[in-house]
Amino acid sequence: MPILDVQALSKSYRQAGGDTTLAIGNITCQVEAGEFVSFVGPSGCGKTTLLMSIAGLLAPSSGRVVVNGKEVSGPPPNLVLLFQEYNKSLFAWRSVLGNVRFGLAARGARSAAAESKARKLIELVGLKGFESHYPWELSGGMQQRVAIARALAYEPEVLLMDEPFGSLDALTRLELEDALLRLWAELKTTILFITHDIEEAIYLSDRIWVLSRRPSQIMQELKIDFPRPRHQVTTRAEARFMELRNDIYRQIGNQEVP
Amino acid sequence: MKRSQPFNWLGWSSFALLLAAWELIAWETPKLLLYFPPVSRILAALGDALAAGTILQHGWVTLGRFAAGYLLSAGLAVTLGVLLGYFRYLHGLLATSIELLRPMPSVAIIPVAILLLGIGDGMIISVTVYASVWPILINSIDGVRRVDPTLIDTGRTFGLSSWQILRQIILPAASPYIVTGLRIGLSIALILVTTAEMIAGSKGLGFFILDEERAMNSANMYAGIVVVALLGYALNRLFLLLESRAMKWRHGMIVRQTA
Repeated sequence: MPILDVQALSKSYRQAGGDTTLAIGNITCQVEAGEFVSFVGPSGCGKTTLLMSIAGLLAPSSGRVVVNGKEVSGPPPNLVLLFQEYNKSLFAWRSVLGNVRFGLAARGARSAAAESKARKLIELVGLKGFESHYPWELSGGMQQRVAIARALAYEPEVLLMDEPFGSLDALTRLELEDALLRLWAELKTTILFITHDIEEAIYLSDRIWVLSRRPSQIMQELKIDFPRPRHQVTTRAEARFMELRNDIYRQIGNQEVP
Repeated sequence: MKRSQPFNWLGWSSFALLLAAWELIAWETPKLLLYFPPVSRILAALGDALAAGTILQHGWVTLGRFAAGYLLSAGLAVTLGVLLGYFRYLHGLLATSIELLRPMPSVAIIPVAILLLGIGDGMIISVTVYASVWPILINSIDGVRRVDPTLIDTGRTFGLSSWQILRQIILPAASPYIVTGLRIGLSIALILVTTAEMIAGSKGLGFFILDEERAMNSANMYAGIVVVALLGYALNRLFLLLESRAMKWRHGMIVRQTA
């Protein structure tokens, strides 16, 4: 049984004029436990809407989402969504430790055990020594690390990530991609990742679903079988990597690849 | 916010100069001595009144009324403001009444309060609550409504209930606005206590100031004004001290943004 089962999901919005626009066409897909799967698609293709619907934060117009055998009607208890805007989703009034402890407390963990667990997670995302800092004292990349640690503290079976590295600079992004892969390998969480960065999707994922423009639909499923652990230089230099990249680009980009 | 700044020598020196000028001009114009006594006489009168204990008694009465009115108002306005900010239909229900009542100068309610409540503590505390509720209410509503939806969605995805989101996310996220409202409400509460005491009191600093004016004891009148001023200053400093403790997370953020 897949841990995440999206069945004929569609979502339409009523616009100011009274017209309805279809944001998500008709999406059906399954994610197996422990997989790292990505949606990749052009900007404005309804990726965030799709993830919000899967996370139970938006009600779909039709279709349904089943997490671990249970139909989603509100935010499911074993799934957490990580937002792109770490500066908006982190709690400015809590320190790094406080933010991570929030994730533990939301899971029901309390007391001294929670404290040492939070410290361990902070170390795991590479922020040892910054426990008592407030989010505004950290760089964007470090803030997103805090958000990741907070999400992992909740011990979700499924972690949804909405373009988490989209607003970071290129080098920080590569660093965080590797950090995420290490955490994923260690904690064996299922990750559903959304990005508009084709290479990022290939580098990270076991499988990729290529999304069309609005109303978004899955155009193609690609299996990515580069061995793990992957490497930013060697994996990205493989001929097959280029092939995949060009293949996806042909589908979602406007330009012809010569 | 000014807590960590060095002592403002320039500001205090210019204030001292102002007092010196007052002293000098007062001695140069003996005809005005009755209305415009020199600073030294005011301080002497203040010393006498303090020694006699009368002014302190009045001060305690004023402080007690202020504390009762302000704390009541803060509790009421923050609770109501957070609810109105959170529940749209409640806000729709009361928004018009708030918009119409709020701009009215609150002292205009004093005669009504006297009619309904007489001239005791209840009346003075009531008008204090009425006046200082508005800035706290408006800022609390505003603060809650400005909480970023992403923060609330964060709470939801972590499985928090509405009540937990309100307490753990909305309240702290809105707290900078709420604190601003509380600070404005503090000065308004002190104004209203003093004014109400002047109009209908037999105790309190407002009563003392007006009573000494009527008795032509202008040095005592000024002494009363000095005590009210010091009370306002002290309350404001106390507020800032508590704020900088409670809002430590925000302090550095502001310094950094304005640097």
